[in-house]
Amino acid sequence: MTLDVRRLRGEFPLFAGATEPLHYLDNAATAQIHRSALDAVIRHETTARANVQRGTYPLATAASAAYEAARADVARFFNAFSPQEVVFTSGATEAINLVAHAFGATLRAGDEVMITAAEHHSNFVPWQQLRDRAGIVLKVLPVTEEGRIDVAALERCVTARCRLIAVTHVSNVTGAVTDVAVIVAAARAVGARVLLDGAQAVQHGLVDVQSLGVDFYAFSGHKCFGPGGVGVLWGRADVLAAMPPFMAGGGMVGQVTESATAFAEAPRRFEAGTPPIAQAVGLAAALRWMGGLDWGAIRERESRLAGRLLDGLATFPDAAIVGPEALNQRLPIVAFTLQGLHPHDVAQVLGDRGVAVRGGHHCAQPLMAALGIDGATRASIALYNDESDVDALLEGIGAARRILR
Amino acid sequence: MSDDLYQQVIKTLAQADHGGGRLEQPDGAARLDNSLCGDRVTMEVRVGDGRVIALAHQTRGCLLCRASASLIGLRASGLAREELVRAAADVESLIAAAGTVPPEWPELESFLPARNYPSRHGCVLL
Repeated sequence: MTLDVRRLRGEFPLFAGATEPLHYLDNAATAQIHRSALDAVIRHETTARANVQRGTYPLATAASAAYEAARADVARFFNAFSPQEVVFTSGATEAINLVAHAFGATLRAGDEVMITAAEHHSNFVPWQQLRDRAGIVLKVLPVTEEGRIDVAALERCVTARCRLIAVTHVSNVTGAVTDVAVIVAAARAVGARVLLDGAQAVQHGLVDVQSLGVDFYAFSGHKCFGPGGVGVLWGRADVLAAMPPFMAGGGMVGQVTESATAFAEAPRRFEAGTPPIAQAVGLAAALRWMGGLDWGAIRERESRLAGRLLDGLATFPDAAIVGPEALNQRLPIVAFTLQGLHPHDVAQVLGDRGVAVRGGHHCAQPLMAALGIDGATRASIALYNDESDVDALLEGIGAARRILR
Repeated sequence: MSDDLYQQVIKTLAQADHGGGRLEQPDGAARLDNSLCGDRVTMEVRVGDGRVIALAHQTRGCLLCRASASLIGLRASGLAREELVRAAADVESLIAAAGTVPPEWPELESFLPARNYPSRHGCVLL
């Protein structure tokens, strides 16, 4: 099946309304919102806006129904065992913080949590804070020279005190895809849980939490063609049931008296206050749209574009790829350095040419330190990108090399 | 366009790295980080009679950040504390599109295009 990228691109309001050429290659930071998601948000806000789980009038009933339908849509997309395993959050960051606080509250001093040097700060700092708060032991699995998580080190690093391995599904810097099966096996061998930070993975295809065999999965709506301000923590029902609340407030209680509070069951236990209702509805629309796409064709196309970019970069003698060069080990997130040129300056020159990329440490300073670099320029490809985007980037890199030296 | 932003004066200043390095016995030192991009400037100063005797910096950053630090390394020696404070205020207002280029810092003219790039103001001012 051939992918009609021009038609696909037209389904994104930002591209459809663009008056100047835009080569948007910063999808790892935020992907553009699909029309179906935007329409769903507008439709909800103009026809069913009310608070959820509180009112009994028809509008409130409609809002609650839409919110719970969104939960069911998310569960279907991820092949979750039940919609009750889907907790809406403000994003992947809050989802991980939720686990660090609530699951973290079940840990004792001396228990071990393992992360990796490849993590985004969102899956690094919450665990450092848990270490400082609760006296757990935080272990950091190293990365290989090409920035892949060194799973060979698992055997010597995972001990019987390990309670959780929290790891990225796909690196936001190198695009490297984590060998989840090996990590799950290592965790299971000692009875530990596994959290996957899926912020970068969902944009590139369907995710099946049952097949992955993990216990938690976190992701953000704005990175998978949905609205901002919403994300999801998926957690196994029995694991969520054993966790105390993260935040307290309305909506997450059973009964409150002057002396004590009984908490609601998951997922409501973890959704204190008014949740991001319209955003959840929009996210569900984005995921339904994604669910109908030919991901085999999209992956093949994205991989081809990443290959075109890697080949183009190889023609610059001063360019170095950050991450694996083998296409079967990575998603189309390509970070690179140019000898003597600062990533911000490179990104600036590119931006002025209509090429949107990101330069800097990408909220992954431990990874930068492990790789011995201060930063990198990152181009991240999504399903609406085409050859012209990659070619504009390569041309812009050529210009940056002339202008900045 | 960024061609204006990266004028030859900026590139030359950054490359020259005036004052780059460390002082043996500084009277004062400061380290500043740009948390957004990870750039870092460490500056050391030796003073006598209220004036800068020597200044050195170690700068990890983009061209604008390095050029800015290099310019201070070039011009700071011999200045009184209040002159340095005034220069810092001048640069800040200059970048904010309000000030004019002070005659004793002529190279600042080349930083003027940064006015049009709010996300880069921090690079010049770090």
